[in-house]
Amino acid sequence: MADLRDLYQDVILEHSKAPRNFRELAKANHKAEGFNPLCGDRFTVYLDLDGESIRDISFQGSGCAISKASASMMTQSLKGKTRADAEKLFGRFHDMVTGHAPSNLEQLGKLTVFSGVSEFPVRVKCATLAWHTLQAALEGKQDAISTE
Amino acid sequence: MTTATRKSTSKARPATVRAAATPAPETITTYDVDKVRADFPILRQKIRGRTLVYLDNAATSQKPQSVINSVTRYYERDNANIHRGVHFLSEHATEEHESARTAIQGFLNAAHSKEIIFVRGTTEAINLVAQTYGRVHIGAGDEILITAMEHHSNIVPWQLLCEEKGAKLRVAPINDRGELLIDEFASLLGPKTKIAAVTHVSNALGSITPIRRMIELAHARNIPVLIDGAQAVPHLKVDVQALDCDFYAFSGHKLYGPTGIGVLYGKTALLEAMPPYQGGGDMISSVTFEKTLFNKLPFKFEAGTPDISGAIGLGAAIRYLDGMGIESVAAHEHDLLEYATEKVSAIPGIRLVGTAKEKAGVLSFVMEGIHPHDIGTILDQQGIAIRTGHHCSQPVMQRFDIPATARASFALYNTRDEVDALAAGIEKVREVFA
Repeated sequence: MADLRDLYQDVILEHSKAPRNFRELAKANHKAEGFNPLCGDRFTVYLDLDGESIRDISFQGSGCAISKASASMMTQSLKGKTRADAEKLFGRFHDMVTGHAPSNLEQLGKLTVFSGVSEFPVRVKCATLAWHTLQAALEGKQDAISTE
Repeated sequence: MTTATRKSTSKARPATVRAAATPAPETITTYDVDKVRADFPILRQKIRGRTLVYLDNAATSQKPQSVINSVTRYYERDNANIHRGVHFLSEHATEEHESARTAIQGFLNAAHSKEIIFVRGTTEAINLVAQTYGRVHIGAGDEILITAMEHHSNIVPWQLLCEEKGAKLRVAPINDRGELLIDEFASLLGPKTKIAAVTHVSNALGSITPIRRMIELAHARNIPVLIDGAQAVPHLKVDVQALDCDFYAFSGHKLYGPTGIGVLYGKTALLEAMPPYQGGGDMISSVTFEKTLFNKLPFKFEAGTPDISGAIGLGAAIRYLDGMGIESVAAHEHDLLEYATEKVSAIPGIRLVGTAKEKAGVLSFVMEGIHPHDIGTILDQQGIAIRTGHHCSQPVMQRFDIPATARASFALYNTRDEVDALAAGIEKVREVFA
């Protein structure tokens, strides 16, 4: 079962059971809802943007272990970063989970625990749902985004 | 119930064949599941290094060699367009195509073969009725009655019609076990109800609906009834004359036949009075620019070159099933479902979704703290194929206040060993998430 452990790493399981920044953000000035109709995952990402910088970020909703852990770790890695940092990080993260390993993997930090997702193509949408939702929040989109 | 693996020797059980018109014959059949499995080449392969355990039969079933051969033989030997050709191949292909129709007539015990309309599947059959019968008979303020456990394919075609006509969709509720509340259904049948469209077996819950009683109640008010039989025909004996249903729809691919072919049964008088569904070749008797005369049944509803190989494959599937006897298949599957229910519900943290007294084919469940999608991935790593998600029945998920379920669904080739593999697989899920 080595393969399964690549996907369900302890850090991922731990975050899925006790997600960080898992709350509504009262001071949010940007938010977006993301939906994965394939499995019913549904998250809202809240942002408190101070100009270009992410002062605070949180999320709420329900989903599988991969999508929840991904959302949790995303919020951790983006607090205090800029909008440009977030977009760059999403690009690298997306490359990693789709099997296009970025050259500077180390810049993903803890997020490299999701590298095993590339072996499970149907789960890529789970891992990227929160990030797509974040992107929609940054762009100020009103409609719920969907992975389909 | 004994838990030892065995070949089931069982009498046909009336509980699972309640829809039967005639009582099941009291013959004792030895059901040799190993012999049955040998008919399905796909089951011989390894998935991720493990023997395939295919428990996603409610999504689609596997095909026996005889069905595969019938399609291959058609293309190797008989391929020609049907109904109009004067040459040998065309005549032969027409014969094969129409003999499939006759096989289906027998399978459903329809009064006439012209009552069997070939369509792409259950979805198209329901759309056909909504767009022809529905558009003629349903107007502003009228009502269409469905149940709370319909597949999207028996919801959306009616919603489209309601939107177009200003009609209203009414929904008969279910209880926490996933059983239709028959009194509520009865009270929703009113002077404005123009059609009732109800599932025979729920794809998400496995519940068997009391369609005989529902049809009686609707007919007492002269309301026609369409039955979505997609999940029923592989598991239950269906007799459309005994049921007295007005329309019955099912798909070939869930019945061991090819994808892309399905059936709409309709009573002759209704079908004859209905306008055509699609216009084109084959559905006409004469065409001028001034006036077109439509063909007789069933061809009026079969515009264009049909899925000839699909129909032939479905005919072969029905002959295969007839050869085994649907009663002994039903008894085998009932035994499996009972065994699986007992085995899976004993696992800590499991909650079954859909615990109706009368069920067929489906075991839907959720696990505390573990999303169905994660269950599906971990089982897949062990070569076990189940379905996870909302099963195209989002209102059912809303009714039970869950985003999704994991669903194991059974077919005539599944075994108790496979149920044991499923249970062991679920234990593995618990280990990963421990």
